[in-house]
Amino acid sequence: MTVTRLAILTLVAILAAAPASAQVSDGVVKIGILNDQSSLYADLSGQGSVVAARMAAEDFGADKKGIKVEFVSADHQNKPDVGSQIARQWFDTDKVDVIVDVPNSGVALAVNQIAREKGKALLISGAATADLTGKACSPNTIHWAYDTWALANGTGNAIVKTGGDTWFFLTSDYAFGHALERDTEAVVIKAGGKVVGKVRHPLNTQDFSSFLLQAQASKAKIIGLANAGGDTTNAIKQGAEFGIVKGGQNFAGLLVFVTDVHALGLQAAQGLILTETFYWDQNDSTRAFAKRFAERDRGIHPTMVHAGVYGAVLHYLKAVEALKGDDGTKVIAKMKELPTDDPLFGKGSIRVDGRKIHPAYLFEVKKPSESKGPWDYYKLRATIPAEQAFRPLEAGDCPLVKK
Amino acid sequence: MTTQALFGQLLIGLINGAFYALLSLGLSVIFGLLNIINFAHGALYMMGAFVAYFLLQWAGLGYWWALLAAPLVVGLVGIGLERAMLRWLYQLDHLYGLLLTFGLALVIEGLFRNQFGSSGLPYGIPPQLVGTYNLGFMFLPVYRAWVVVFSLVVCLATWFVIERTRLGAYLRAATENPTLVQAFGINVPRMITLTYGFGVALAALAGVLAAPIYQVNPLMGANMIIVVFAVVVIGGMGSIMGSIVTGFALGIVEGFTKVFYPEASNTVIFVIMALVLLVRPAGLFGRTA
Repeated sequence: MTVTRLAILTLVAILAAAPASAQVSDGVVKIGILNDQSSLYADLSGQGSVVAARMAAEDFGADKKGIKVEFVSADHQNKPDVGSQIARQWFDTDKVDVIVDVPNSGVALAVNQIAREKGKALLISGAATADLTGKACSPNTIHWAYDTWALANGTGNAIVKTGGDTWFFLTSDYAFGHALERDTEAVVIKAGGKVVGKVRHPLNTQDFSSFLLQAQASKAKIIGLANAGGDTTNAIKQGAEFGIVKGGQNFAGLLVFVTDVHALGLQAAQGLILTETFYWDQNDSTRAFAKRFAERDRGIHPTMVHAGVYGAVLHYLKAVEALKGDDGTKVIAKMKELPTDDPLFGKGSIRVDGRKIHPAYLFEVKKPSESKGPWDYYKLRATIPAEQAFRPLEAGDCPLVKK
Repeated sequence: MTTQALFGQLLIGLINGAFYALLSLGLSVIFGLLNIINFAHGALYMMGAFVAYFLLQWAGLGYWWALLAAPLVVGLVGIGLERAMLRWLYQLDHLYGLLLTFGLALVIEGLFRNQFGSSGLPYGIPPQLVGTYNLGFMFLPVYRAWVVVFSLVVCLATWFVIERTRLGAYLRAATENPTLVQAFGINVPRMITLTYGFGVALAALAGVLAAPIYQVNPLMGANMIIVVFAVVVIGGMGSIMGSIVTGFALGIVEGFTKVFYPEASNTVIFVIMALVLLVRPAGLFGRTA
């Protein structure tokens, strides 16, 4: 054989031996849970999300299927720069394949950009801003659990229909608060109501007395709380002190979690109307999950953020199994192809803009006399079917949606 | 913004100022008399609120008992800390005291947060103080009025004891020249321990006052401590009257900011601190060392 032919044959052999199909990178699916573990959002996500992610991997049967799953977690402290730095390090050096949870819309938007740059996957359960499936939508991100549009549509509409037609907004001064205020204002105006005033407060404010005074002076029937976690509970607690409800005004908790109600106590929280996509006491499978979860997380019952982390990780692993690989962009595409089915949200699907679709529920917080024990806090007022619960696909300005 | 609404905001600012004054008083006493920068102050304030919560949950003892018991309990804890850890640092640079107390604060807050989460626990306003006064321009909650009056009384009483009584005179002398004072037969180390305990007890008292308004929350100290430090720096580290006056004054300034530009309400105190430090580095009422 001549040298040239040998060379060509060797070259062909080498090229033929190149990677045939996608493999799970490094043989391990590494899942990073990035959330607030020490500040005002720590109870609704925090360590509980890590527990939920682990439960999802166990229920998926990762060991039996021969897929190795590893977990890392970190605290982003509600700072976009800290969150970005952790995300970069995880994606670049620590071989993390997917980041999960990320409450705090400011951090989520930053990590959304990074995941897109690096072609990795991002499954958001904690953050709220509907821009994640709108202007900022990305082929690498799926938005689980809920968003500001769903909250506005559920709670906003319900309250205007019961006569709350003048609103004053108390808004958390960052991406999430602005998004929630914008979406709720649109719903209120569309339903024939009026917004008579707004005030923005810094994230993690301790004292709302000055803002509540302004809300009282505005004489609006409804004080819309476009904030979450500790901010919401502080505002409601201090509102009781200032006689807001006695004076004839009502609070609209636009984003309330079951952990917030637990912190407030039913005496303070009774009568609050809120929208969530998951409640631990809805049916037998959610109750079973809650029991296992509570055992592993100091008795805390799962919030919809925890449930979202569980559902997202479960579906992600199913997609990895079907794809036999964990390349970020490809797995996200596969997740959108496969219909979803988990014990917490039931059957659902993921749209092309990355929005996970499932029904939303309008709940009312029980009176103390109606509750049978701790964590028994909600009664169901209405179910919003999946097709109506989230913003219509065309209305989002998402570049991935072909007009 | 009507004048009526403005008065309302001023009153609110005064109430917040009461908390700042009480907390910065404790810090000032500890720094002025012990030369320790007590970063654990916020954590001890939080412990005061938690003791009040425990007293209610486990012993059924209400708010009025907590006002007495919580400062005592936390004060004892403070004395324990001082005896065990702080007193080795008096001769050293201020920085070591700061580092130690900062570390203590992180440990204490971490332990509480691990046990109780970060959403906070409910603590009701005592029944005798529920309700609102209709002042015409606003509804003032009775409890908040009580907070201002009580804080003012405690602050003035403390100032009086330190500046106008013999015990206070011993304390002040012991700071300036401990060896000489000890030579006169006064037990200086014990006085220092008790002073630290007293400063800590003030913080715990503020915690009990805060419990019915803010959530009883492991994070409540961390949120307060930075602002309180700014207050102490502006008023002058070590000046008792300075921290009282500055505490109330800055509460009012913050109240104004919340009306005209609420987004800056978090930062206005630090802007003022920067300005004051440029013009008068020792603080408004401080004496240059």
